[in-house]
Amino acid sequence: MALLDFFRQNKKSNSAAVARERLQILVAHDRGRNGPSYLPQLQRELLKVIRKYVEVDEDAVNVHLENEGNQEILELNIVLPER
Amino acid sequence: MARIIVVTSGKGGVGKTTTSAAFAMGLAERGHRTVVIDFDVGLRNLDLVMGCERRVVFDFVNVIQGEAKLAQALIRDKRNPNLFVLAASQTRDKEALTAEGVGKVLEELSESFDYIVCDSPAGIEKGATLAMYFADDAIVVTNPEVSSVRDSDRMIGILSSKSRRAEEGLEPIREYLLVTRYSPERVDKGEMLSLEDVQEILALNLIGVVPESQAVLNASNAGQPVILDKESTAGQAYSDMVDRYLGEDLPHRFTQVEKKGLLGRLFGG
Ligand SMILES: Nc1ncnc2c1ncn2[C@@H]1O[C@H](COP(=O)(O)OP(=O)(O)O)[C@@H](O)[C@H]1O
Ligand SMILES: [Mg+2]
Repeated sequence: MALLDFFRQNKKSNSAAVARERLQILVAHDRGRNGPSYLPQLQRELLKVIRKYVEVDEDAVNVHLENEGNQEILELNIVLPER
Repeated sequence: MARIIVVTSGKGGVGKTTTSAAFAMGLAERGHRTVVIDFDVGLRNLDLVMGCERRVVFDFVNVIQGEAKLAQALIRDKRNPNLFVLAASQTRDKEALTAEGVGKVLEELSESFDYIVCDSPAGIEKGATLAMYFADDAIVVTNPEVSSVRDSDRMIGILSSKSRRAEEGLEPIREYLLVTRYSPERVDKGEMLSLEDVQEILALNLIGVVPESQAVLNASNAGQPVILDKESTAGQAYSDMVDRYLGEDLPHRFTQVEKKGLLGRLFGG
């Protein structure tokens, strides 16, 4: 068995190369989807403004950018406390 | 003031708990007062890896909900007096963790410890985001495989935006990459992503490379953090990682195939 392995070693499989390629594409795609870098800042500032008027939780404001065709939709979600 | 380190990953089962236990023990062995906290509420297993499961009376959630004092819930390690464990609850759901409650516990721990190691659950749900939120440093645990690297990349994005440090405009979280379950043999054969591949995508400071090792399972069977197994490659790799975290500049070991003689190659081994 070991003798066979010795000869087989020269025949490299190439699944790692395939993995690398798939990863590069995946990651590039993921990074594009996360939206522009100002979103977290926007979210923080919105939270500040809302808190001037309503006492809301840390995670009450959610900002999300969606691409639909050639339209960009900025989605704002604000959870107000129960009364 | 303690330094808070979160051990995190996007994907589950990559070695976070193994790493948290080893890292915390390593810091304690070097004389630092260290506490390691299980944030994986509902799936607790840090206590098993640490070997203190039978001594858990109160847990993290009990403390947050005011049912126990912190001092009652901290379990002192039997091997090292510098080390304490705060176990997770088996029964509660993740909603039991609140930002306010976690913040308070961490603040109290900060007064008497040098390092607080947070063993995070995978992904981005409550326990994970809270463990990240308060962190000063993050260790992103990654296996050399497509899904793990991809999920780590997403975590890195979240780390830099959803943390206390980001919100308060402080110096950002220091992020480190830890590659675990690495097999140089398989990399050589073209069957596994190489360190270079992983680093090219996740451009973080590489704090360690832990090889795939039987010693990890043996250690968890026995409830001994693998860093205590000084003979094992994984134990030594974790030990190097702790030294690097503390500022030493060490070359990475166990990243190349060990050269066997011709006879060894012919006859296996
Ligand atoms: N370097 C390693 N070599 C071999 N097995 C490992 C290694 N690191 C972790 N494991 C195994 O992988 C599994 C998951 O590890 P664990 O630390 O519980 O991951 P997580 O906390 O990320 O879910 C466990 O069975 C553990 O023994
Ligand atoms: Mg775990």
